[in-house]
Amino acid sequence: MLIDPRGPRFAAGVTAIVLVLVLVFESGWLALAQAAVFALSALSPRYSPYGLVYRAALAPRLGRPSELEPAQPVRFAQLVGLVFTLVAAVGFLAGQDVLGLVFAGLALVAAFLNAVFGLCLGCEAYLAFRRLTHRPMAARVPAP
Amino acid sequence: MGSSGVTGLLVAAGVLAVATVIGLWWRSRNGRLRVIGPPPSADRNGEDRDGGDRDAEVLAALGVVSGTPVTLVQFSSAVCAPCRVAARVCAEIAGSRDGVTHLEVDAENQLDPVRSLGVWRTPTVLVVDSTGRIRYRSSGAVRKTELDTAVAAELAATTAAR
Repeated sequence: MLIDPRGPRFAAGVTAIVLVLVLVFESGWLALAQAAVFALSALSPRYSPYGLVYRAALAPRLGRPSELEPAQPVRFAQLVGLVFTLVAAVGFLAGQDVLGLVFAGLALVAAFLNAVFGLCLGCEAYLAFRRLTHRPMAARVPAP
Repeated sequence: MGSSGVTGLLVAAGVLAVATVIGLWWRSRNGRLRVIGPPPSADRNGEDRDGGDRDAEVLAALGVVSGTPVTLVQFSSAVCAPCRVAARVCAEIAGSRDGVTHLEVDAENQLDPVRSLGVWRTPTVLVVDSTGRIRYRSSGAVRKTELDTAVAAELAATTAAR
């Protein structure tokens, strides 16, 4: 499956704004909502809530993309985002604000770098992780 | 928003400042081609001969054919969007210049070569000369003009050596 790379980049921008709000209000529920967005997006780019906004409101105005990218890396990155925002949500909801701030902050770094610089941290870490552990990892997800 | 809101705001501002510095640093380095081997005029039987020979053996096992003027060895993985960009750049250069071969390696299935060649990121592109030595390398989506210039220089050096 190939997707318009501007969709995930837009989604990363929205995610970064949501994560700033999570930090400012130290809101576990907002973090949980963002985790749900990540979970849906990891399931399939088709179900990505921010992706739906992009396709409905922005894509028609921007015209055709000059290139497409594979969906698997994007889904992998959403899984990484899911884990970080889930830990942040649990931290804030359990009263462990430092845990929440740290993990929401790390997720914000990743989302911001993706949105502004087009740098995908999850993809960068993938080979290094495999090289260190030499263990198979569920990075390839079944095609829909 | 009490004092906790201020804490969160400070954390958010700090995070964005740090991320901006990381992003600018990354953008300045990403995909840049670095010179590894000696310049074409230098003695190719220099001090790093042993390490170079070991690399040459590993590269030969991956499918680099000795005598090919320039081989572009690209390490890729499935979870890697810039690998497609690098693959296109390498294929275009291999298609437009005689004596250049593009060899794409799945890093996940070749972890031993990945370790011995010091590859930490995909895509990593190695410019390998006719003796199997690594002359240039880049990690991240390789910059086409830099790669093309290096390949042209390497081809000229190979021709001059004959």
